[in-house]
Order: sequence, then structure tokens, then C-alpha cells
Amino acid sequence: MLELNGIKKRFGRIEVLHGVDLRVHAGEVHALLGENGAGKSTLMKILTGILQPSEGTIRIDGAERHFADYDEAIAAGVGIVFQEFSLIPYLDAVENMFLGRELRGRFGLLDRRAMRARAREIMRQLAVDVPLDVPVARLSVAEQQFVEIAKALSLNARILVLDEPTATLTPSEVEHLFAVMRELRRQDVAIIFISHHLEEIFEICDRITVLRDGQFVGSCAVSEVDNDRVVEMMVGRRIESSFPPKPGVDPAAPVVLEAEEVQLRRGGPVSRFELRSGEILGFAGLVGSGRTETVLALLGAYPAARCKVRMDGVEKRFSGPDEGLAHGIGLLPESRKDEGLITSFSILQNVSLNNYGKYRRNHWFIDLRKELDCTTAAMAAVRVKAQGPHARVDTLSGGNQQKVVIARWLNHDMRVLIFDEPTRGIDVGAKAEIYALMRAFTARGHSIITVSSELPEVIGLSDRVCVFRQGGIVATVEGADINSETIMTHATTGRVEHVA
Amino acid sequence: MSHDTVTAPEEKGRGFSPASLLRSPLALPLIGLIVVSCLMGLASDNFFSLNNILNVLRQVSVVGVLAVGMTFVILTGGIDLSVGAVMALVGTLSAGMMVNIGLPAPLALVAGIALGLALGVVNGALVAWGRMPAIIVTLATMGMARGLGLIYSGGYPISGLPSWISWFGIGRIGVIPVPVIMMALIYAVAWVVLQRTAFGRHVYAIGGNETAARLSGVKTRRVQLAVYAISGLTASLAAVILTGRLMSGQPNAGVGFELDAIAAVVLGGTAIAGGRGLILGTLIGAVLLGILNNGLNLMGINPYLQDVIKGFIILLAIYIGRDWR
Repeated sequence: MLELNGIKKRFGRIEVLHGVDLRVHAGEVHALLGENGAGKSTLMKILTGILQPSEGTIRIDGAERHFADYDEAIAAGVGIVFQEFSLIPYLDAVENMFLGRELRGRFGLLDRRAMRARAREIMRQLAVDVPLDVPVARLSVAEQQFVEIAKALSLNARILVLDEPTATLTPSEVEHLFAVMRELRRQDVAIIFISHHLEEIFEICDRITVLRDGQFVGSCAVSEVDNDRVVEMMVGRRIESSFPPKPGVDPAAPVVLEAEEVQLRRGGPVSRFELRSGEILGFAGLVGSGRTETVLALLGAYPAARCKVRMDGVEKRFSGPDEGLAHGIGLLPESRKDEGLITSFSILQNVSLNNYGKYRRNHWFIDLRKELDCTTAAMAAVRVKAQGPHARVDTLSGGNQQKVVIARWLNHDMRVLIFDEPTRGIDVGAKAEIYALMRAFTARGHSIITVSSELPEVIGLSDRVCVFRQGGIVATVEGADINSETIMTHATTGRVEHVA
Repeated sequence: MSHDTVTAPEEKGRGFSPASLLRSPLALPLIGLIVVSCLMGLASDNFFSLNNILNVLRQVSVVGVLAVGMTFVILTGGIDLSVGAVMALVGTLSAGMMVNIGLPAPLALVAGIALGLALGVVNGALVAWGRMPAIIVTLATMGMARGLGLIYSGGYPISGLPSWISWFGIGRIGVIPVPVIMMALIYAVAWVVLQRTAFGRHVYAIGGNETAARLSGVKTRRVQLAVYAISGLTASLAAVILTGRLMSGQPNAGVGFELDAIAAVVLGGTAIAGGRGLILGTLIGAVLLGILNNGLNLMGINPYLQDVIKGFIILLAIYIGRDWR
């Protein structure tokens, strides 16, 4: 029914999809699998007309199609439910379903009755009972998802893409969603299902297609593979040599930071971990598994249900990053542009942002000369390539921007640094430099927690790895156990203990 | 002047060249000031006389001082609508303390200034810790301040102040009016605070990216509290000038001055979303507004029409400067 052949996609000179095939039949649930960054989302954006392929063809029922935009894909019967919903929270389900194409009655007024009837009919077709006249913000996440699916079906979608629909659902809601998917399968809808939870693949899917680094790895029936085989297809075997050698951490090294209990949500899993002097502790897991929230909770920047932290054995409770700073813990946030840098500031102003204590004059004033000297030294230490300390940071490349954030923290005497996605969107050369900087920091007896969605990075960098799943740590591995198969298995099937 | 450009510090140390002056964020406000001055000079022979220029500056001083606090607030991405009402309340209560209670006048002035500061702290606490939008918080406190002043005074001006109070409004040192000197001093202090202290950098940082500032350890709430406190302080300093000029506490004074102050800040090139702008720009913006008022008066234009013309010029100025970086 749906055939994607040899899809290639280039952004500028960088090719992100290297000829991907995907075949989906009517009445089939087809899993699209791959690590973060494997190209799943890009492929789905091409299928739904949001992006155009650089090469390759899309055929529906044998006829070649070109979608200039999302609307044309919808007209051809393709529907997608994004991971981030596109519902308007204050409107009810009916209003959301007919947004922008409201049915009109006499005098051009809204024909609410006709829209309601049509909505109810679709909900019946899905065999779900969703309240139609309360704002969707008051519906559960699962019900909102059903509204999204109903919206796609009201547009006569025959090919439905569900992008990680189960990531935020409870187990019983997942069952409900699967019932809906089975009903749609019975009605000959083709479903492309993206999920990182492998047990779900075996429960609901008929066929799988695996991508890795933008390459087509393979496609087969679910009955032909098992868990290990799927993980192997997803992670492959790659050799990364850009990582500095791990010097090995003395098991007797003192514990600097100890999280006794971190519970993100009431009723969710409770995590504990310790960070030793001189080590890099990796936080691995899928997107949305609670890694970033956990590190933010340590600093009091995320409202966790419980967070008990000891530093050097003394119990501490940080009310915000400013107190973390005072105790020598610094954070390099996930998104440089939105959370890390003041983009309208110069390098100098960004580096000294939280450290004016270092160059004060007469208590109140900034010693501009000293500030310049310190910044120049900090820039040289991390090798920022820029015209000078007064260059605006939004003129820099991603790698240099990240180095500016690193320089900001190295300008202090910090003991613990938390790197959230340290090399996202950075080229290979700059990555290696940042890894070296991280190792140089721990070599002085300091410690690093690094959160990363890139498995090779976690593996190549960390002395120990905590694996997250569904809001908590499911396993901590070290030594030879730090390999992609073990981590991926924990991240996709690890047991989560929910605590009241 | 080139080294005060926090938003474009790469110009530092290059000295004055026409090109660097054009790239400065002050360029557009300055050009506007020159153009409007020349037009007014053509229309009226008196415009460029020393007396008239000093007169314009004296008239500008009240809104000019209000606009200093407003610049701090807007640089963080906030807004303070209460400044006009706070100024009136401070003036009324100070006058009341002198006349009705018999407090020594200097003490009454200091108490008034402390009151303005306290009202600013309330605004700041509600915005920073109460997590409420600044426009709503200050709209509410604007109404409350105005109402309290009217209740206290019964709606009538409070007069009978010691005669030396008028020194703040119409006195002169040499040829220069006292309020102009006060305004200049307040701008100088504000410039130093914004450009030469860590607090000033944090004000810009919060307007540029509050999340990044907070995650890097800046005490963002304290800074927010402080900018509203500064706005309350400058509102009460403006009240001192106004009381001296009117020789009475006027509960109805300063209606709409908050909008003039915002217009001065924006005409001076400060981004309404915060993060970018210069205190000297605000001074230019305030003077620009004052010249418009003065020139239109000298030309004898119908006062109702003056408002229309001013509104049009503000729109035009902001349209020209809209994509300024």
C-alpha cells in the first residue's frame, strides 16, 4: 500500500538519510525502530510532506506521489500523531478535531450539531468513550491521543503514523491504545508505530523496519526476530576512537555527591546513585526517561516529589542553581540556545555571567581589565575559536558556543559539573575536544555527571553508567558491562519499581 | 560614549568613527532627536535659545526620572504601570506629613521616598515570587496607589508647604535648573549601575534569557525584585521634583505619565521584550518627547491635535527602528 524507495535527505552538504526503504501494507502495524538520531523522525517528516526528500520516491497504492506540504499529505490519506500533541488545550475535543475546517450551517455560523455527530461517529469507530465537551487539557494523556487519532481519521487517513505514542502513558492506558490500534488494523488502516519499548513491538506489531545512522538496516516480520536480535540491529557495531582513555577510578575514591532518594513524581520510581571523586558518571536512557529531570532536581530546578542529597556526607537541599553554584556544582543545560547562553551577550559577558565575585573592584564594580584577562584565559583554556572575547555568541558555531558554556564553569573552582547532552549538534572534531576537556577536569579529582542520548558517547566516556527508564534508574553498570547491548536492554526492558 | 554599549561591546576601543556611531544602538534615537530639533528650530525662532532648551529639559525632568526606573524594569522584560500613581501618592503623602502632621519637611521627603521604594518592593515581590505577570500586578497597584492618594487627600491638593521645597522644582544652580541637575545625576548613577556592576549585567541577562541566567546560578528573583524597587525609588524622586514645581501634593498628578515613560524608553531604542537597550537612549527618548511637546506648543497647535501627532511620531519611530539589533 505504502512504498518509500531509496529515500535520501541532505541538509546542506550533510546527508542524514542514505537511501531508506519502507513498505507498509494495509491492515498492518509496522514498527519503525532505531536509536535517537537514527533518522526515524526525518523519514516521517518526509512521508507527511513536512520535509521533501532529496532523492527517492513515495508511492501510495502504486502511484507515485509528491507532497509539497503537510496538507497535501493529509489529502492523500496520511495522518500523523506527533509526540508533542498539536491540540489547543482550551478547546474541547470536537472543536479540536474540526479546527480550521469547521462545518458551517446557515448564515456561516458553526454547525456544532453536525460536528458533534461526526465526532461521536468516529469515536464509536475507534471504540473509545472520550468526553467531547470538556477542554482537552482536562483529558488524560491517553484520551488526548485518541482525540489526535480521531482527528486524523476524520480526515480519512488510511496511513497513520504514531510517533512514540506510549512514551507518556500508564500501562493500562497503553493497553487501551493497543485495543484502538487493533481495531484500526481490522479496518485496514496501515499504522506506522514508533516506540523505544521493545516489549510493545512484540505485543502489537506485525513487521519491523530498523534504521541506524540514517541507513536502512533491515525489514522483517516480528516473528522472525527476538529482543537481542532487534537490539543488535539497532546499535550495530561501531568503533569510536575519539574518546580519551579512561584512567580508571579508584574504588576507594571518596563519594562527593550522593543522591539517597530522588523521586520525580509522587508514586514514581525512586532512584539513588553516588558520584565519586574523579569519575565521569553517565546517565543513559531514552528521551523522556527522566535523566534531565533528575539532574535538575538535584539542583532544585525541577520540582521533584522527593530529593535527598548528601554532599561530602552532609545532607543538603538546594533551592535552585544559585545554591548549587555556591556549593561547587554547575550545570550545562540540554539546550545551549534556550537554557545555556544569553545569545544577545558577548562571549565575555556570557563567561563572567555568574562569576562577578572574581573581579570586583571597591566591592560594587566590575574590574573590566581583570574580567577581560580572565575571559581571555578561559577562552584559551577551552580553545574557543572566535574573533575575540567581545564577539557575540550567536555568531559562533555550535561547538564554540558549547565551549563558551564550559568556559563559564571552568572560570569557577567547581567540583561537580553536570553536562546535559554535551555534544548535541556539534561536529566530530569539536566533540573530541570537549571529551578531552571533560577528562582533564576529572583528572584534577573533580567529578562529572553526563546525560547523553548518544549511546557511543555514554559508553566511550563514562566510568560507570546509570540506565534510566520511565522516570528512574533501573540499573547501574560498570567495567565490561558498559556496552550498547546491555545498556539498550536495560533502557528498553528494565524493571521499574513504582513506590507509593 | 562607545564603551557603554553593553549589547555591542565589539565597538569598544575603536574610538569615534562615523561608521561605529551608525552601528551604535543610540544612532537611531539620536538621528530622531536631531531631525525633530531641526524641524522645531525651523518652525520657531525661539526654539534654539538657551532659555528654551533649559526650559524643555526642566519640563522633561519628571518623566525623564520616571523613565530611568522604567528602563531597568523593561530591560528585564517586565513593565511598571504604577509609576505615575506612585509618584502622585508619594507627593500627596509627603505634603500631608508636612502640613497635616507637622513632620519636619526633610523627614517627610525622606519618608515619602522610602514609601515609594517600599511600593516598588511590593510590585517586585508579587512579580518575582508571586509569579504574576508584571502588567497585571502593576495595573492593580497603580489603581490602589491612585485610590489611596485620593482617599487621604479627599481629592484636593495639599498646599502650604515650606517655601524652600520649590527649590527642587524651579530652583537654579547658576543658570541650570535644579531638576535638570537631579535628572542628570540620576542618569549618571543608573549608567554606572547598568554598565559597571554585576547587578547591571544580570538585569540585561534576565531580559536576554531568564532561563539561562537562572540555570547558571544568577539569583534572578532578587534581581527582579530590585528593578521594581528601583522603579519605585525613581518614581518618588520624580515626586520630589513635581512637588517642588507645584508647591503642593497633588493626588491627581501624573495621570498617564507611565505611558510617557514607556514611550521614552522605547523611543530610546530599548527592546520592549528586554535584554537590549541603553540608559542614554532613554534620556534621548525623554528629551525627544519633551521637544515635541514644547515645539507643538510654541507653534500654537491645538492640544488635542498634539496628542494625535505625538502618537503618530512614536509609531513612526518604532516602525523605523523595529528590526534594530
